[in-house]
Amino acid sequence: MKQFAELFEVLDRTNKTNDKIEIIREYFSKANDDDKIWVLYLFSGGKIKKKFNTSRLKEWAIEYANIPKWLFDESYNSVGDLAETISLILPDKEIHTEKTLSEWIEYIEDINKVKEENRKEKIIEAWKSLNQNEKFVFNKLLTGGFRIGVSQKTVINALSELENIETNIISHRLMGNWHPERITYRDLLNSENIRDEISKPYPFFLAHPIEDKPEELGNPEDWQAEWKWDGIRGQLIHRQGELFLWSRGEELVTEKFPEFERIKNFLPDGIVLDGEIMCYENESPLPFNLLQTRIGRKNVTQKILKDAPVVFMIYDVLEMDGVDIRFKTLKERRELITNYELRITNGMFLKISKTIDFQSWDELRLIREKSRENLTEGLMLKRKDSAYQVGRKKGDWWKWKIDPLTIDAVLIYAQKGHGRRADLYTDYTFAVWDNGELVSFAKAYSGLTDKEIKEVEDFVKRNTLEKFGPVRTVKPELVFEIACEGISESRRHKSGIALRFPRISRWRKDKKIEEADSLESLKKLLK
Amino acid sequence: MSSTNKLLHFTKKGIYCPQAQVYIDPWSSVDKAIITHAHSDHARPGSNHYLAHKKSVPILKHRLGKDINVNGIEYNESIEINGVKISLHPAGHIPGSAQVRLEYKGEVAVVSGDYKLEDDGLTEAFEPVKCNTFVTESTFGLPVYKWKKQKEIFDDINNWWRQNKEKGKASVICGYSLGKAQRILFNVDKSIGRIFGHGAVTIINEAMSNEQLNLPLIEKANSTFTKKDFVGSLIIAPPSAIGNPWLRKFEPYSLGYASGWMNIRGAKRREGIDIGFALSDHADWNELNTAVKETGAEKIYVTHGYTAVFVKWLCENGFNAEELKTEFIGESDQE
Ligand SMILES: [Zn+2]
Ligand SMILES: [Zn+2]
Repeated sequence: MKQFAELFEVLDRTNKTNDKIEIIREYFSKANDDDKIWVLYLFSGGKIKKKFNTSRLKEWAIEYANIPKWLFDESYNSVGDLAETISLILPDKEIHTEKTLSEWIEYIEDINKVKEENRKEKIIEAWKSLNQNEKFVFNKLLTGGFRIGVSQKTVINALSELENIETNIISHRLMGNWHPERITYRDLLNSENIRDEISKPYPFFLAHPIEDKPEELGNPEDWQAEWKWDGIRGQLIHRQGELFLWSRGEELVTEKFPEFERIKNFLPDGIVLDGEIMCYENESPLPFNLLQTRIGRKNVTQKILKDAPVVFMIYDVLEMDGVDIRFKTLKERRELITNYELRITNGMFLKISKTIDFQSWDELRLIREKSRENLTEGLMLKRKDSAYQVGRKKGDWWKWKIDPLTIDAVLIYAQKGHGRRADLYTDYTFAVWDNGELVSFAKAYSGLTDKEIKEVEDFVKRNTLEKFGPVRTVKPELVFEIACEGISESRRHKSGIALRFPRISRWRKDKKIEEADSLESLKKLLK
Repeated sequence: MSSTNKLLHFTKKGIYCPQAQVYIDPWSSVDKAIITHAHSDHARPGSNHYLAHKKSVPILKHRLGKDINVNGIEYNESIEINGVKISLHPAGHIPGSAQVRLEYKGEVAVVSGDYKLEDDGLTEAFEPVKCNTFVTESTFGLPVYKWKKQKEIFDDINNWWRQNKEKGKASVICGYSLGKAQRILFNVDKSIGRIFGHGAVTIINEAMSNEQLNLPLIEKANSTFTKKDFVGSLIIAPPSAIGNPWLRKFEPYSLGYASGWMNIRGAKRREGIDIGFALSDHADWNELNTAVKETGAEKIYVTHGYTAVFVKWLCENGFNAEELKTEFIGESDQE
C-alpha cells in the first residue's frame, strides 16, 4: 500500500507526461502482479464494486477523531475532499501492518460481506494501520472517487516500454470489461486468446482541431468532409451474435440503448462500426442535452425511450467479417459501408453520416457556416487515403469546429469549488436580464487565470449580500463573457434554456451590468 | 472590536495597554509600540518608539527605516512603564520573535504574536508563560493541520534536492524571506550541493548575520552566474518568485514551496508548483491547543486565522474564549 500511496502522490504532483511515464514504469517494474492488475484497473477508471455510504464513513471518522460534527464540517469545507479530510483529521498510524494494495482491496470487499454493525470496527482498524497518505488512498478506494490525473495513453506508453509490447496492442488488450478478480496481470497483457475478446473495441482515432486555414491541408480532392455531429462518439460491435456499444470514454453503454438490440437482426456479424450516438427524429438531429437524459439514468424507462429517440450515425468501419480492416484507406472503408447501405438503413437506428461534396476550401467554408443550424459542431476533414490509427495523431484527421456562441452575463452567486479549488470561490452562477430582473441561466467554472480568480475571490468576500450554506449571493457588478457550444430549450431550468459546455471565456471589465445580454435574445438563438 | 479587559484594550489601532500606554503590534502609527516580530503584518511603520527583541532590531530597521527609534531587549529582561512590568519571551516563530508579557498588580496578560511549539534548531524555542489573559493566533486552527516532525520534512526536502541533482536539475524552494528561508538554510543537508538565495533572502540573511545566527553564507543568484552554476543547486526564494520570469535562469528546475498550507492537496496544485512541503512557522492544531492549555489563562482572545472555529472549539471545551478582529494576516504570500 505504501508503494501505491507514494505512486499516487508523486503522480498527483507531476505535470510532465514523460515524467509520469517514467514514474509508472518504475512502479510497474517493482510492484507485484496482484497489485499491478488492480492499479491498471484503477487507472482505467475501474471502481471497487460497492461504494460505501459516505455519511457513515464521516460519522465513524468523527467518532474516532473525537471531534464535534461541526468541526468536521468546517474542516471539510476548507479541504473540499471527503477522503482527504478524513485522512487529515484522524490520529496518526497506531498499528503496524504490511498489507499490499490488493490485500487492502480484498479487505474492503470483505467488509462489504460482514454485517452492517461490524463494518465500523473493520474500517477503524484499517485507519489505525495506515499513515495519512495511505488513509487518503484507502478512503478514495472506499468511496469510489478515485481519479488519477493520468491518461490511458500515458499508462500504455509506460507498459509498452516495460513489457516491450507495441502500444496499440496494449491499448487493445486494456479495453473491454475485464476485472482483476477474473484475470491476472500476465493473462491480460497476453490476452490474445481470451474469450472477452468479442466485446473489445478498437482504440479510437481522434482528430486534432484545425484553425481557420484548411488551405494548408493541400488539395481539397484528397479530403473527405462530413459533419461533426453533436452526440457521443461510440463504437458499435456485433460479434458472435452479441452487440456491444462503447462510448469514447471507453465505457460499455450497451444497456443505456436497449433499442439497439434490434440492430442485430439486420447488421451482419463480425463488424465494428465507428460513429456518433445521438438523438434523432424525423430525419433531423435533436439537441445534445436530450441525450444526457439517457446517460445520466440508471434505468432507461419507456418514457425516456420515447422522448429521446436515438440513432447510431456511422462514420467508419473498422472490422468486417471478423477481420481488422483499419489498415485500409478511408476511401476503401467508406465504400464498404456504402455497399451495405441498403441493408443497414432499412432498419431503424442506423444512419450513415453523409459526406459533403465540395470543390474548393472556400466553398466548404460557406457550408461550414450552416453548422449550427444543422445542429452540428462543425466539420470533420479526413484524408481519403488515411488508415484508422490509434489516439490523437496529427496529420490525417482534423476537426474544423465552429466558433462558440458568446453571452455577456452577470455574476450573481459564488460557491467554493471542489478539489483543487476547494478553498476558493470558483463555482459561479451567472444571470441575464429578463424584464428588468436578473435571472440565473448558467453555471460555469473554468476559464479564468489564477490571478483573476483571486481578484473575484476578493470581490466575493467584500460584496456578499447573503449567505446560503456554502453559496454566497453577491452584488451584481461583474460581467463575464460566457462561451458555449449551443443553446437549447430546457424544462428543468428556471430560465427555460440550457447551455452546452458553458465556460467563462473572459472577464468583461469594460462592461457594466446594464450591458449584459437578455433572456429574450438568447431564446432567439434556440432552434 | 471594542472588547475590553483590565490590562488590554482592543482598539482601532490595535491591542493597547492603557496603564502603560503602549500598543502591541499596532496597525497604525502610535507613540509607543511593542513589536512581537518583524513580519510586515505585525511590524508597521510610523510609530514614534518601538520596543522589540534584540534580534528583531536590525530587521525592523531594514524594513521600517534606518532612523526609527527602536530599543532591543533580551528575553526575560523586564522593563517597567507606569507600574506595568513588561517582558519578552520566546515565541519560536522566527529568530527574535517574542510573546509579550504584561503584569500589573498581580494580573498577567500575554500576547503571543505568531508562534510554534516545535524547536526548529535556529529559533529560540517557544516557552509557555502562565497568565490570566492570553492572546493567541489561530492561523492553522483546524484539525486538518497537523505537522509532521521537522526532521521528516527536511528528509523529504533533502531527497527532493538530491533527486533533482541526479537529473541535472536545479531545486528552487520558496518560503518567506524572513524566517522560513533561514530555517530552510539552517536545516537542509548542505553536503548535497551549492546553495543560492534570491536577493530578498540574502538581504535578510545579511541583516540577521550581526546577530550571530550561525547562518552559512550563501550567494545571491544574480547574473554573474550562468545556468551551469545552478545545475544541482538549491535556490531559496520568496513565494513571490512563483510564476515569475526570474525563475527562467534556473531551467531545468523543480519548484518547491514550503508552507503550512501545503498540507492540503488542493492548495499545492493551485500554486502551480512541483512539490509542496508542509513546513510552517505557525502552531498546528495540536500545538494551539497545548499552548492555550499551558498558559492556564482564564480568558483567551483569538486573532488571525480560523478565529471563529477555534473560539467555538475552545468554548465547547470549557475555556472562556473570544474572537478578536485584527489586521494580522497570518501565513500568506505577502508575508
Ligand atoms: Zn509572523
Ligand atoms: Zn502574523
